[in-house]
Amino acid sequence: MPKANVTFEKLGVTISVPAGTRLIEISEKVGASITYGCREGECGTCIMKIVSGMEHMSERSVLEDKVLQENMAGSSHRLACQAQVLGGDITVKA
Amino acid sequence: MNASPNAVEVAPGTHWIGALDPSLRDFDIILKTANGTTYNSYCVRGDDGVAIIDTVKASHADEFFTRLEQVARYDEISTIVLNHLEPDHSGALPELMRRAPQAKLYISAKAHLMLKALVKTDDLRFNVVETGDRVELGGRTLHFFSTPFLHWPDTQCTLVEEQGILFSGDVFGCHFCDPRLFNDKVGDFRFSFEYYYQHIMRPFREHVLEALELLEPLALKTIAPAHGPILRDAPQSYLQRYKQLAAPLLHNEVGANDKSLLVFYISSYGNTALMAQAVAEGAETEDGVRVSLYDLQASGGLPFVDLIEEADGIAIGSPTINGDAVKPVWDLLSSLAVIKVRDKLGASFGSYGWSGEAINMIEDRLRGLKLRVPVKGVRAKLIPNEEEMQRCRDLGKQLAQHLTGNLQRRVISMSELLSQES
Repeated sequence: MPKANVTFEKLGVTISVPAGTRLIEISEKVGASITYGCREGECGTCIMKIVSGMEHMSERSVLEDKVLQENMAGSSHRLACQAQVLGGDITVKA
Repeated sequence: MNASPNAVEVAPGTHWIGALDPSLRDFDIILKTANGTTYNSYCVRGDDGVAIIDTVKASHADEFFTRLEQVARYDEISTIVLNHLEPDHSGALPELMRRAPQAKLYISAKAHLMLKALVKTDDLRFNVVETGDRVELGGRTLHFFSTPFLHWPDTQCTLVEEQGILFSGDVFGCHFCDPRLFNDKVGDFRFSFEYYYQHIMRPFREHVLEALELLEPLALKTIAPAHGPILRDAPQSYLQRYKQLAAPLLHNEVGANDKSLLVFYISSYGNTALMAQAVAEGAETEDGVRVSLYDLQASGGLPFVDLIEEADGIAIGSPTINGDAVKPVWDLLSSLAVIKVRDKLGASFGSYGWSGEAINMIEDRLRGLKLRVPVKGVRAKLIPNEEEMQRCRDLGKQLAQHLTGNLQRRVISMSELLSQES
């Protein structure tokens, strides 16, 4: 199965995960993210900055785009509950 | 004292047209207001137009409009500035925009979404301004300064350049109601000024310091905040006081590069206390970290908030009683809203009799407060055995290594991560 390496910059830990894993599944387990919020891409609680490797992330959905815009998040941000890692090396600011 | 609803001149052509709320005793749930508050709004008249700076709480709109009508006609109003969109300043905005439809609204970039949520219409016309932008009123120039997070993302200040009057929004304000309005006339409001800073501005002290860099060079004759007295006597002293308040509270004896880890615990039978000692011992084996150990039993809660504000990391030990962490722990955790704790290091540990839920609950709360919680907490059933004590020492050491950056970076698999959970 293809793998992706997700590095949590502030925590100083890299997790090797199967491609297709959502960021929130990893961030919760490593203790980088709060564990509540809607988890459905609506509340914006889980906005996360992608430091590098955005090209290895799934495309933004229309809903995710809308929520990110409403929260004034820039192009380097994603909703952890929506964004999937597809492979390669990704670094997040968390 | 004159409490009649008259506009009050601040400077030639510039008037206070706000509202007094002397009977208010609680503001926004979190603040006590011993003699009420004021919602300050101002009117600036130029040769070519009139500007209204901020409005008032909706319940006090009549008082605001009565004063406004004494100094301007609605069709003269060319400009409305909202320095901050909280409802106590934007409450009368929809009605003002209805009465003065020709007026252009000026807000900060981050105020847009709040405006939409407050005015509840998609047909919003407004102009976004930032530091350096100006609006000419004819002989009066409004100069905007972006001062975000004081205490909302949208906050800004507006200077009348020719008069040296700074409409500062909530910054330099306080909840103090006195119809004599000016700081050289009203009663002693110093406690309100300090109290307001501690409860409203303190979590944003980095932003306070950034704002002061922008505002200090200005030749200010008057600071006209959105609450409380207008500061026309020695306005610079209020900037200086903010600078003092935003500086670290305590002299920090830790070396410039040393990190500070605070270990808090509370213990019913001494078991969690033993674990706390072990966490501290483990952390102390790492150079460059100053470790402090505190028993929450002896706290009133508040002094620890000051310490946490200055610390780089906190570890909290609690027994589990009836499936929960104990009240002094929650008291401490619920008192951290007045300081910035984001990105500090957090951890939890504790002894338990039946189930040990407290540790996860504390970790969740720490994450909710946006602390980093990279190391899984340690739980021990009743009296910790040597293996559990060693895990506590390891926890302390790992926390210290996270603080110093000496942690060996490694790749772990998702399955390994999941097994740590169980």
